[in-house]
Amino acid sequence: MGLTGIQIFKLLPKKNCKECGQPTCLAFAMQLAQGKTELSKCPYVSDEAKAKLAEASEPPIRGVVIGTGDEQYKIGEELVLYRHDKTFFNPPLIGVLFKDTEDDATIDARLKNFNEVSFERVGYILKAHLAVVKNESGDAGKFTALLQKIKDNTKKPIMAMSDDVAALEQAAGILKGTKGVLYAATEENYEKLVDIAKANELSLVLKAPIEKVAELTPKIVEKGFKDIILDTEARDAKTMFQHNTFVRRLALKKKDKAYGFPTCNLIYEMTDDEIKEATIAALAIAKYGGIIVISDCKPEVILPLAIQRLNIYTDPQRPMVVEQGIYPINEPDENSPVIVTTNFALTYFIVAAAIEASRVPTWLVIMDVEGMSVLTAWSAGKFVADAIAPFIKKVGIADKIKHRKIIIPGYVAQISGELQEELGEDWEVVIGTREAADIPAFLKEYVAKNQ
Amino acid sequence: MAFAIPKENYAGKVREIVIGKGDKAVKIGGYDSMPLCTFEGTWPNKPVVAMEVYDVAPELNAQGWPPATFEAFKDVINDPGAWAKKCLEYGADLICVQLAGTDPNAQNKSAEEAIEVVKKVKEAVGDIPLIIWGSNNLEKDQEVLPAIMEAFPNENWLFGPAEEGNYKKITASAIGYGHLVAGKSSIDVNLAKQLNILIENLGLSLDKVVMDPTTASLGYGIEYTYSVMERISLAALAQNDDKMQNPFINDLAKEAWKTREAMLTVEEEPTYGEQNTRGILMESITAIDLIAAGSSILIMRNPTAVKVIKELINELYS
Ligand code: B12
Ligand code: SF4
Repeated sequence: MGLTGIQIFKLLPKKNCKECGQPTCLAFAMQLAQGKTELSKCPYVSDEAKAKLAEASEPPIRGVVIGTGDEQYKIGEELVLYRHDKTFFNPPLIGVLFKDTEDDATIDARLKNFNEVSFERVGYILKAHLAVVKNESGDAGKFTALLQKIKDNTKKPIMAMSDDVAALEQAAGILKGTKGVLYAATEENYEKLVDIAKANELSLVLKAPIEKVAELTPKIVEKGFKDIILDTEARDAKTMFQHNTFVRRLALKKKDKAYGFPTCNLIYEMTDDEIKEATIAALAIAKYGGIIVISDCKPEVILPLAIQRLNIYTDPQRPMVVEQGIYPINEPDENSPVIVTTNFALTYFIVAAAIEASRVPTWLVIMDVEGMSVLTAWSAGKFVADAIAPFIKKVGIADKIKHRKIIIPGYVAQISGELQEELGEDWEVVIGTREAADIPAFLKEYVAKNQ
Repeated sequence: MAFAIPKENYAGKVREIVIGKGDKAVKIGGYDSMPLCTFEGTWPNKPVVAMEVYDVAPELNAQGWPPATFEAFKDVINDPGAWAKKCLEYGADLICVQLAGTDPNAQNKSAEEAIEVVKKVKEAVGDIPLIIWGSNNLEKDQEVLPAIMEAFPNENWLFGPAEEGNYKKITASAIGYGHLVAGKSSIDVNLAKQLNILIENLGLSLDKVVMDPTTASLGYGIEYTYSVMERISLAALAQNDDKMQNPFINDLAKEAWKTREAMLTVEEEPTYGEQNTRGILMESITAIDLIAAGSSILIMRNPTAVKVIKELINELYS
């Protein structure tokens, strides 16, 4: 809730009748401000006060829901300018462009990628999210035909894009029930488009110069429609960064409701160069983009961009983790070396990549230490001898190997003696390198020596 | 009502640092707003790109460089001078001599061999300032870097990384032989500040220091580097902490190009798509994140990534 206890108190009936369960109206207001009670507990608040309080309790940036079922996403509802201040909550949607002037083969190939390109990373699926269908031809028939085709062939949400209100009206009919997006309302046509979007339960991009937004969004909200996304007509990287920053700051720091909406960045209009396009898209992900539209859906582009989205939107207070267990890398067998480390996703990624690069078949054993790095887990008492030893015995690595040697990270060399004792005579504890970068050389030498 | 740009007020300013000397000297820093926020501050110097020249020739594929990058340098990988010249053709603002081969766990090349490499680069590029980057081996770097400083006195070059475990020797030589130091701390605001203070206490002016907050790649910890740089920048600019008002350097190419996303061939991982574009994007996206977080010197490798990043720097800071 955005209001302070005193501000809320001013809106209350001031009867001090205690029916809400609090001794006074002021006490009730204080509890409300902290989110510890609900407004409905006071039977006497006026409708006007209710409306004011409801508005004040809305998030400063509107959350817009797009898509349905497994392909439903929310954008907006962000609370901070810098991810370290809390976290970024709702990652932007990666949109892929389909033009009604492209031939069938191009469309089909892209659609196949759009549906199929996907990667798994620490339990997250990396992929594109939104089909952006553009009426480039100016022909409403071609546009709706393509739209229908894409709708019939994907479960993912669609954004229909045209300058022609009549074409958009038809498009809205096709998209009804999908929670898709219409692009775009302008100063000239917004009244009509808001009605269309409302009737078909779609969200609506408002395309307007940044100065005009303050004038237009309140009028749209007044019509009872709030699922607005802003395209401030930035068509180069610099303007895009600035506009996205202005919108975010106006909403959060100036509490300007007129700018409290997610943004839409048409990256494909900013360059014809594939690398540059994806690099600008990455900037949009870091700096406040809501919908980010690129021209194609190649796996080699979606992979790095989706990793960017995952990284920037990782909660800085909650490290990403991987599951505890045994990970075979480079097809290990019963003679292959065994490496032990923690389940902090970053540690896992770096160590796994180093082992992979070494091309040495290896068993990587991951221990659950609540997602801490090697040294952090060691200082927290979680990656220590009397925890590692029982884990090694329990995890079942002994069944996969003939030898009994485990390699531990060099940074915890100090635990090797105690770990050796805990594990018993059968086992041998080997101290690895400190840095993962040195793992390839280390493993090659190790294997040569132990042959 | 007219539109008012929502501006922030900053109390502090980051030091302007000069690397090299004469006409070709490169200036960085000197800015007084958060990165890319040219609408509310002055950025007299844009971020610069330093391209890498290695002291040992990389190999193609497997444990070496993927084709995209290898091809671009294949004619020159055994000739540091020619390699450096090629970097200038590709648009490098400075040259970074990477002394990976001095690492005792690699080829364990001697300080004398490193000096030879630097000499060849210097002869080839004239007054273009150099960054000399060690192998990240604490012991070896504090032997090799001072030896190079002594061999090329008063060039005002930038040497790094100097860490808590070896900054004393490196800093003392920088003072003695007229060079700059890049201090490297591990993804922590307080450690970054502490290292600046330690270096200054030894007698090197903070006008001769840049900060490496530890650089991670996209997919391998970029979010840590990104956020610690934003936090350090806010401390420097918003809180006017004069022990943190130093520009950043990011040794990013090494990190980006060792990721599995950059390294795996199409045969090894068909679902990942074409390898060259993938690797170049791992580098260029890492770079744009670091620019957004406030980097002043980006150590880069692939010419296509460099071209795109230089274009974007020019646009974003125009
Ligand atoms: C971020 C961080 C945190 C985060 C946690 C993040 C996380 N998920 O772990 C937070 C803020 C929560 C934290 C807390 C603490 N931390 Co802390 N933290 C760090 C920091 C800055 C980075 C850690 C990191 O992410 N490293 C990156 C990962 C990838 O590194 P890694 O797991 O070690 O893996 C590398 C190598 O070990 C190697 N490797 C890994 N596995 C294997 C296996 C083999 C076989 C081989 C060969 C190699 C290998 O590969 C990787 C790459 O090279 C470090 C400083 C530093 N630079 O390490 C301090 C640090 C680890 N923390 C420290 C401490 C003391 C703590 C606290 C006790 C209190 C404190 N001072 O903050 C608490 C403990 C937590 C608790 N609950 O009690 C100290 C540890 C001191 C020591 N030498 O023991 C450090 C070193 C900082 C310092 N210099 O004081 N910490
Ligand atoms: S019920 Fe309403 S009027 Fe009565 S004390 Fe509580 S807040 Fe005040």
